[in-house]
Amino acid sequence: MDYDVLIVGAGMSGLAAGIRLAYYDKRVCIIEKHYRVGGLNSFYNRAGRKFDVGLHAMTNYVPEGVRSTPLPKLLRQLKLKREDFALCPQRMSAIKFPDKTLRFNNDLDFFVQEVVDNFPAQADNFQRLLKAIFEYDELNLYARPISAREVVGSVISDPLLMEMVFCPLMFYGNAQEHDMEFGQFVIMFKGIYCEGFARPQAGVRQILDVLVRKYRDCGGELRTRCAVTSIRAANGRVESILLENGEVLTADRILSSAGYVETMRLLSDHDPTGLEDEAGQLSMVEFIVVLDKEPAEMGHETTIVFYNHSDRFDYRKPDKLVNVSNGVICCPNNFQYETPLPEGMIRITNLANSDLWNRLNEEEYKTQKAAWLEASLNEVVRLIPDFRDSIVFTDVFTPRTIRRFTGHINGAVYGTPNKTKMGITRLANLFICGTDQGFLGIVGAMLSGISMANLHVLQKA
Amino acid sequence: MTKEQIRSVLMEIVAQIIPDEDLSNLKGDIPIREQVELDSMDFLDIIMELRKRYGLEVPEDDYKQLATIDSSVAYLEPRMRNL
Repeated sequence: MDYDVLIVGAGMSGLAAGIRLAYYDKRVCIIEKHYRVGGLNSFYNRAGRKFDVGLHAMTNYVPEGVRSTPLPKLLRQLKLKREDFALCPQRMSAIKFPDKTLRFNNDLDFFVQEVVDNFPAQADNFQRLLKAIFEYDELNLYARPISAREVVGSVISDPLLMEMVFCPLMFYGNAQEHDMEFGQFVIMFKGIYCEGFARPQAGVRQILDVLVRKYRDCGGELRTRCAVTSIRAANGRVESILLENGEVLTADRILSSAGYVETMRLLSDHDPTGLEDEAGQLSMVEFIVVLDKEPAEMGHETTIVFYNHSDRFDYRKPDKLVNVSNGVICCPNNFQYETPLPEGMIRITNLANSDLWNRLNEEEYKTQKAAWLEASLNEVVRLIPDFRDSIVFTDVFTPRTIRRFTGHINGAVYGTPNKTKMGITRLANLFICGTDQGFLGIVGAMLSGISMANLHVLQKA
Repeated sequence: MTKEQIRSVLMEIVAQIIPDEDLSNLKGDIPIREQVELDSMDFLDIIMELRKRYGLEVPEDDYKQLATIDSSVAYLEPRMRNL
């Protein structure tokens, strides 16, 4: 088959790119390795229950009427209505360090007041940081990467405040250990503190269903369980794509959301030297706990807690299977729904070492999942009411699970730290979109697909 | 198509691309982007919509000629006259 555009990967970015292209009458096909769409933000069923992978909350939530931020921009671009995502805003989230707690909701002024109350000496500095953030054009594809720790550290003189501000932003979208690129920092800062969290009542399925339906309505073709074996390159261009089932596809242009290194490894003429070193290292585990009551009934009303058990926030690959000394506690029940979710649920995310998880045999894998679940819960109940007597079901996913859903080397949640902002590769008709292009978060992923489809396909007459 | 028809097609396209904006007071001689929230991605969609509906190709160098409704009509008239 010959297409105008082939898209590798049916995650948020691939689907968004697909909608743009199909809507404007391109012959487009999305090929997805997994049997399910979504990539990092997907879902599964177990024991009659529905679980999300990835998405705790959608960032960039703005109330109706706000127009110039990423979420409304993306709805316009995808020809979707605000109601389609059925987003319900969060209640309240918190950043908990040993001596300080900063709360935030979807109102920046509230967060600023929290900062002023907890760090009065930093009030003016925090305003200066906000000014730097608002003056920065984070969507400029030509910007030179700069260190967020340097920029923020030159304005905020209290290291504790700096660590606390970084904590949610890194957990929700940073591929780099310890530091963060300032453009990424601005994207995440705006998406989380200036705009905010929301979730559809039905979770990530709602978003994915809308995207798939829209894509199909526009005439796009979607093939799941369809893995790419190799990308044949010649004369600086992709000539054809060989699928696992032996089929050969051709297209004028290819947009790959499979990850930069992952895509390069598929090239028939690829040079393996040094390629693997560029792959991201940061992976995570998630412990999912179903409860026999709503967490709010136990006094836990916070939507998301970002915690760190020391004054220094250590965002790096741990040297053991899991680092439980920091993490994210998400309560999917604590959004402003019209009707409550069927069951209480807590999801805990911690940093994990994918090499160590990969080395375990099946028996050890099971044992370690159970042991780290217990260890993680022990830490978490220091911060929120002890819910352990109410547990009716648990599940754990690990870097191995992330790899299965995303195909990312090392189960690297946010891909490589070296982003390809322009989406260009050494082949003239092969482009990168999604995580490794560099707009992060779910809204960012969709915007990435949209921008790359616009830039490399639609703007070319 | 007459100039009036082209103008009404353009207004319809703009309304479709930015459905949440009030276009009732849109002035023909002032750049659209100065009057309503319309960013470069939305602007691209005006070009795309003209291609989708009428098979019309607007080269990137000519984008600036579509800044106002009036200049767009002037630019499009010779190209859409026979549609």
